[in-house]
Amino acid sequence: MEFESGNSQLLSKIATSDQHGENSPYFDGWKAYDNDPFHPTQNPRGVIQMGLAENQLSLDLIEEWIKKNPRASICNGEGLHAFKNIVLFQDYHGLPQFRNGVAKFMAKARGGRVSFDPDRIVMAGGATGANEMLMFCLADPGDGFLVPSPYYPAFNRDLRWRTGVQLLPVMCQSSNNFQITKQALEEAYQNAQKANIKVKGVILANPSNPLGTTLDRTTLRSLVTFINDKQIHLVCDEIYAATVFGGPSFISISEIIEEMESINRDLIHIVYSLSKDMGLPGLRVGIMYSYNNTVVNCGRKMSSFGLVSSQTQHLLASMLSDQEFTDKFVLENCTRLANRHEMFTQGLEEMGIRCLKSNAGLFCWMDLRHLLKEPTFESEMSLWRVIISDVKLNVSPGSSFHCCEPGWFRVCFANMDDETVKVALGRIRMFVGQRKDVEVQVKKSWHRNLRLSFSSLIYDETMASSPRIMSPHSPLVRATT
Amino acid sequence: MKPISAKHRKDRKGISVFTQPGKRFQTESHLCLASPAKQNHHLKLHETTPSLATSKPSVLCGQSLSPPPGRLLRRDTQATHMTRNPSPEPKESTRNPTRTGMRLIVPLQGVVQGRGGLILGSLIPCALFYFLQFYLKRHRSPPSNPPSQSPSAANLSELPRSSSRANLLARGSTGRANLSARATSIAKPNDSPYYIGLDRVREDPYDEIDNPDGIIQLGLSENRLSLDLIEDWVSQNLTDLKLGVGSQALGLSGIATYQPMDGLMEFKVAMADFMTEVMGRTVSFDPSRVVLTSGATPALEILSFCLADQGNAFLVPAPYYPGFDRDIRWRTGVELIPVHCRSCDNFTLSITALEQTFNQAKKRGHKVRGILISNPSNPVGNLLNRDTLYDLLDFARERNIHIISDEIFAGSTYGNEEFVSMSEIVDAEDADKDRVHIIYGLSKDLSIPGFRVGVIYSYNENVLAASRKLTRFSSVSSLTQQILVSMLSDKRFIQEYIKTNRQRIRTMCDLFVAGLRELGVECTKSSGGLYCWVDMSRLISPYNEKGELDLWDKLLNIGKINVTPGSACHCIEPGWFRFCFTTLNEKEIPVVMERIQKVVESCKPSV
Repeated sequence: MEFESGNSQLLSKIATSDQHGENSPYFDGWKAYDNDPFHPTQNPRGVIQMGLAENQLSLDLIEEWIKKNPRASICNGEGLHAFKNIVLFQDYHGLPQFRNGVAKFMAKARGGRVSFDPDRIVMAGGATGANEMLMFCLADPGDGFLVPSPYYPAFNRDLRWRTGVQLLPVMCQSSNNFQITKQALEEAYQNAQKANIKVKGVILANPSNPLGTTLDRTTLRSLVTFINDKQIHLVCDEIYAATVFGGPSFISISEIIEEMESINRDLIHIVYSLSKDMGLPGLRVGIMYSYNNTVVNCGRKMSSFGLVSSQTQHLLASMLSDQEFTDKFVLENCTRLANRHEMFTQGLEEMGIRCLKSNAGLFCWMDLRHLLKEPTFESEMSLWRVIISDVKLNVSPGSSFHCCEPGWFRVCFANMDDETVKVALGRIRMFVGQRKDVEVQVKKSWHRNLRLSFSSLIYDETMASSPRIMSPHSPLVRATT
Repeated sequence: MKPISAKHRKDRKGISVFTQPGKRFQTESHLCLASPAKQNHHLKLHETTPSLATSKPSVLCGQSLSPPPGRLLRRDTQATHMTRNPSPEPKESTRNPTRTGMRLIVPLQGVVQGRGGLILGSLIPCALFYFLQFYLKRHRSPPSNPPSQSPSAANLSELPRSSSRANLLARGSTGRANLSARATSIAKPNDSPYYIGLDRVREDPYDEIDNPDGIIQLGLSENRLSLDLIEDWVSQNLTDLKLGVGSQALGLSGIATYQPMDGLMEFKVAMADFMTEVMGRTVSFDPSRVVLTSGATPALEILSFCLADQGNAFLVPAPYYPGFDRDIRWRTGVELIPVHCRSCDNFTLSITALEQTFNQAKKRGHKVRGILISNPSNPVGNLLNRDTLYDLLDFARERNIHIISDEIFAGSTYGNEEFVSMSEIVDAEDADKDRVHIIYGLSKDLSIPGFRVGVIYSYNENVLAASRKLTRFSSVSSLTQQILVSMLSDKRFIQEYIKTNRQRIRTMCDLFVAGLRELGVECTKSSGGLYCWVDMSRLISPYNEKGELDLWDKLLNIGKINVTPGSACHCIEPGWFRFCFTTLNEKEIPVVMERIQKVVESCKPSV
């Protein structure tokens, strides 16, 4: 950073503000991981990334398909002009076959109970871009969107940063398994009105990130009734639709509005992407699907700011049109996710750690309330720092999801192989075991510093098991101990 | 009936980017769901209509200083609020002339303060207002519009327009506004003939065999001349093994999973090398300053988001690329103030004009945050010489503003003139670099617009840091990056490609210019870009924007060629057109010339 401070004043508020949110703990954890990433052989003591909701369980299926269909990825093979047309194709409507493919896949991910109109599919730069685009279309700077908490931390950045929209959390409690209640919605809405904020809609992720649960029919119906009564928008982020691995089955908002007749469809918008369901975040495919014509038309023009490469469109068009492959993929992917979820939560349960019962997503919502010294967010933060720096797992604390109760953590389990999961479980087991010892010790000797003693125990363990070196420590460790 | 009518009005005003067959949404299908919000939406369509109708003439008259869009927008929103009154109808009719009048007078005051005196100041608005009324009269009522003449006329239906209003009134007050002001103003960028023309081509594209009477596309700066080279390379080099997919070492997980949003490091390196190659190896680019985006469009927008706050302004030498209005102004709220270049200077930028515009903008309360230049210029095709670039840098330094240099056509230069990149000047100066930012992309020079690769190259660390984060909304597909890494790293191929491509553009340009000359039509001397800037001012009548648009309409509907009229590029002189010639092959030139000739001849008697 070799420039005079005088000049940075010349930049915009967007460039200089903190709105990107990368100073939140959620990103601190990532930094800790980046400084010292786990590798089974090269860095077995490194931090294991459990803060990234990435699905690597079924990549081999996709790789296999690409190998079988090499021409799809390099866009040639369908006659002489195919290549030229793909390379030059920059129409923001998207390749027709691509939109057809996506529409079919979206239907498949929802059990085939609904169908989607390819002409309503608008491309965006990932779900991130799709969410932002919807905010640009639906709200003006200063307007508010209700969002049930806990919610995906990057919403704060994606939805607010450039659009100037405000997010107003709707508090959900552990007492009813974080379900969205009508009272909570109503309360948040009234509070916003009192604060003189114009509420433009509700945005939520279904299946929920971080909870990993799906909304039931009653909740969805009451949500739709709520937004329809208030005449505000409903944005359903359904990017985890095909990760539902257990019952009850996933119900998309598109199913609900088919059932409910007297509602205004212009208020319903869906965000989709292939990043989670197919595990292809690198391809940056985000989809905005709206039942509102004006929004579709407006979004289409905005998609110029985040078009999907025609090469990638072409590849995905062929892949998603291969019904046999997608059928197999969705099924197999769910099975693998179910197994992984089972393995992980079972492992946790054996140590007395419970997770919120979930049936979807690439993560679980882990309850560590019993490990907090006191039920405060400070306490959650210090526990989290111990987990990052000593247990060496990058998990995400509930506070970064705007959860209103301390002691919950999101743990991702699909971005690693079985071995790594075992290592992670081993570390947690060690931690919980020592924690119990520590508790006993604390009872015996009142003045011992809990965290220090814990650290020293870990040190012992490392020394004992690996005579070579201690793993390098991230700056966070130094900062907290 | 009601929604149909709303749609009908919408189409008439030329918001017809969605007129692709089968893609337009027929509001009729949702008739059963009519409810307050839906009405609201239609209501707003109505509300935007008057402002749309007036927006064109306001460009016409206040061309030298078009009214700040921000203000217009606010006024539109006010209008929307007003309709919540129980009886919007009478208000609308009285409001209309006052609003347009204001819109004219405000910018004209600027003109007057700048140059004229009291007499001009009172005369011009009156005269222009009269013309405006005249223009409106001609263009407002659909019966006087023969369906075959206007480009969007094909979309008109013969339904009565008032039925929706009656419905709206019956429902009474309709709650709050539904969509954002941005969504409501979508009509704005697309009532430009630039977009209308592009849509027409999409509906009825020329094909030598299948559709010989279709419209020939000369309005899109797309390079089809050297695609065979790229295709050859792909078929020779790109087997599945090289994709990184089949190779055991990398595997798909190295591509398909989350990658850095601002681009793979290997791609940045390859891109920096390519830029160096394209700019004639006079400068070297640092890969760590490269930020990759999905096309130059988001690159420009991201840069604007970083450099300016809503309501701030950039100075732009005009004529300028029509897409700037959408790319920069729409979502950021940044305003573009044209710095007019004239035919007597061969449309080169003069620092005096720049200074003048800057001072005027300042007087009118604009906060100017930067200058946006395109070099080689789009649509003129000329280059900025070294001296001008130095002057520009001095100017920016004195006023403490940024320079954005859009050099997306740097590799498509073909004349004898030397192309000088802004980065060369900055390197030589070695001071005060952090106000300079370069936009680049592969859509023009490598003719792969479909792959969506744009570049922000900035000398400012803060801008780099912010734009890297902002690329999360518009990053490049990693699979595409992977393919391009191997293509750009093939140095021999790239050198060969750039050389051949330049030759081909030059040949095409020579043929095209010669063809036009035979018809008695001249172009400005151009050295870069995929187009030429054609002077047809002698063929237009009257000598103003209306005459120009009439000729454009003739070219589109009689000549069946889509070109970009100067007014869409904010050119101050009427009668200039941008003709892109790289979408053609040599065989097609006579066809195009024949079509132009037809139009030229039809114009002559009236001159």
